[in-house]
Amino acid sequence: MSPKPRIATASLAGCFGCHMSVLDIDERILELATRVEFDRSPINDFKEFRDRCAVGIVEGGCCNEENVELLEKFRKQCDVLISLGDCAINGGVPAMRNNIPLRECLEQAYLKCPGTYNPLNVLPNDPEIPLLLNRVYPCHEVVKIDRFIPGCPPPADAIWAALTALLTGRSAEPVYEHLKYD
Amino acid sequence: MTADGGKGKRYTILPVTRVEGHGKVTIHMDDSGVVDHARLHIVEFRGFERFILGRPFWEVPVIVQRLCGICPVSHHLAAAKAMDRIVGGERLTPTAEKVRRLMHYGQIFQSHALHFFHLASPDFLFGTDGTAASAFGAPPEKRNILAVAAKFPDLAVQGVMMRKYGQEIIRRTAGKKIHGTGAVPGGVNKNLSLAERDDLLKDADRMLAWAREAVGIARDFTMEHLDELAPFGSFDSNHLSLVRESDGALDLYEGVLRAVDKDRNMILVDVNPQRYLDVLMEEVRPWSYMKFPFLKELGPEYGWYRVGPLARLNTASFIDTEEANAAHGEFRELHKDRANNVTMCYHWARMIELLHAIEKIRELLLDPDLQGRELLASGPRREEAVAVVEAPRGTLFHHYRVNRNDEVTMCNLIVSTTNNNEPMNRAVTKVAKDHFSGRKEISGKLLNCIEVAIRAYDPCLSCATHAVGEMPLDVELVDASGEVMAKMVRDAGAAGEG
Repeated sequence: MSPKPRIATASLAGCFGCHMSVLDIDERILELATRVEFDRSPINDFKEFRDRCAVGIVEGGCCNEENVELLEKFRKQCDVLISLGDCAINGGVPAMRNNIPLRECLEQAYLKCPGTYNPLNVLPNDPEIPLLLNRVYPCHEVVKIDRFIPGCPPPADAIWAALTALLTGRSAEPVYEHLKYD
Repeated sequence: MTADGGKGKRYTILPVTRVEGHGKVTIHMDDSGVVDHARLHIVEFRGFERFILGRPFWEVPVIVQRLCGICPVSHHLAAAKAMDRIVGGERLTPTAEKVRRLMHYGQIFQSHALHFFHLASPDFLFGTDGTAASAFGAPPEKRNILAVAAKFPDLAVQGVMMRKYGQEIIRRTAGKKIHGTGAVPGGVNKNLSLAERDDLLKDADRMLAWAREAVGIARDFTMEHLDELAPFGSFDSNHLSLVRESDGALDLYEGVLRAVDKDRNMILVDVNPQRYLDVLMEEVRPWSYMKFPFLKELGPEYGWYRVGPLARLNTASFIDTEEANAAHGEFRELHKDRANNVTMCYHWARMIELLHAIEKIRELLLDPDLQGRELLASGPRREEAVAVVEAPRGTLFHHYRVNRNDEVTMCNLIVSTTNNNEPMNRAVTKVAKDHFSGRKEISGKLLNCIEVAIRAYDPCLSCATHAVGEMPLDVELVDASGEVMAKMVRDAGAAGEG
């Protein structure tokens, strides 16, 4: 018996809503579990890839160096890489910061917000926290992406349809009703 | 140290780091190998407070919920409540208020079920040999909902179906399950049809029964293992939440701010949320993108507090639904007149709120006001508004100023998990001090203990980062001179080792 195909997921600069939409396939998740093995994902406890994956699902765009590293790792490890949702596809709401210099965003949050107690006037700058990118990048500007599922988030049925199509080798033509651009 | 604005380069040279994952823990030890302190670093920054400026105010309830896909309804409602005040319509019509409350309790129900069954249950269900350090030692293959499903299929299905039910309530009231548009400044954009109501009602009794069982699971686990759990990541603290203005009852949608100290003495007496800046401040520390709120009067050192289910059950005088109130009484019995300061009791408290949520949902569904046609209120226009709700993870503050051109000119958000920043750091420090001191190597089981302590808070790191429940963690042992003695990146291979 050939081993079950593996699926990995990652959340980059998004809100986790796309992962929630994956969970919104509800009881079908138990059916999915009989057909695939889950690899690295924030909803299980595998912190690193365990093996090569048939499908990688990425939510969110890239807003810091850590997002880029993780996305590159997904590209290397996954046969088919899916950009799931608006943040992965076009940066989404986090990309609203792209028209504003990054320093202004940081100063607003850490120096100017009412109620802020910052006697030394510091911005978070510790070596323990990652470099922010100058702007938020959609995933396909960083690595090659094979499939796009739009929506904020995409409906659970769209995710289910794409996954089952990929897993059964059918073409994953999107269903019109599943195409959401909100 | 500056953003260079691009010019073909991808990176700005702002904060420097080399972190894998979204949350990071560092543990600092003195010369003799004793843990001095530990830190949970929040490594994400998105800048909502800046890029929301200049947007028309009516967009805000739809935009800001993108802070979080796990509790979008909380941000949606907090922003909508603020914008109610901007349009002078904060006295909602009964229909609007009840539709919003239904949406909110649906959110509480799905989020608490998600956390307990999908994320935290593997910590409880795979056994303990009686010591805190090994209590949470299930191998990583088992620490997920699918492993729970393999061993406890009925329970896993219940968890999945409960979350589904909460999501369905959100869909009926907000238009979609994630990032809905149901609440608008001054009210809601739809009521609930009788057909929708009947559809939701038919499963309510089953959900109530399952919620009752969930309280039992959480209570029994806590009581059976109380000796191990009581000290685990625990410490005395203040607690803060909204309570109902008239009588101090638990109220997750509307109320006044109350805080109690470790002995349940009131230290913030039912303050109108519009005055939150008079009583709260947020400290910036350079090693985290998440700020550290504290009660102004007590200062940063003593004024920090916990929020969320544990805090709410400590601050609220009672619960206004029958079964949850009885469960609350049982919960309070444990510490009599003091506050419950046991970190792991968050889970039990969370399930009591789950039960409360489904009782509220049933009560609301049977209320004919849901089918009313008056959906919007309005009044004299204002330029500034604060709104506070109790999100699943705790007190959530939204504060806006809007100019005459309808543009947002100021936005300040204190998300629930931010309120728990100091306590989560204390919990990490406590676990590290109790279990790591004198060690040069950290086993996978010990690492999981750190996560278990953080997970008790159900941190919604989407609001600050993006991981949920199971955060990838780097743990470093740093000696007094700052030299890294040992470093362990949590991965699948390492995590299972005892």
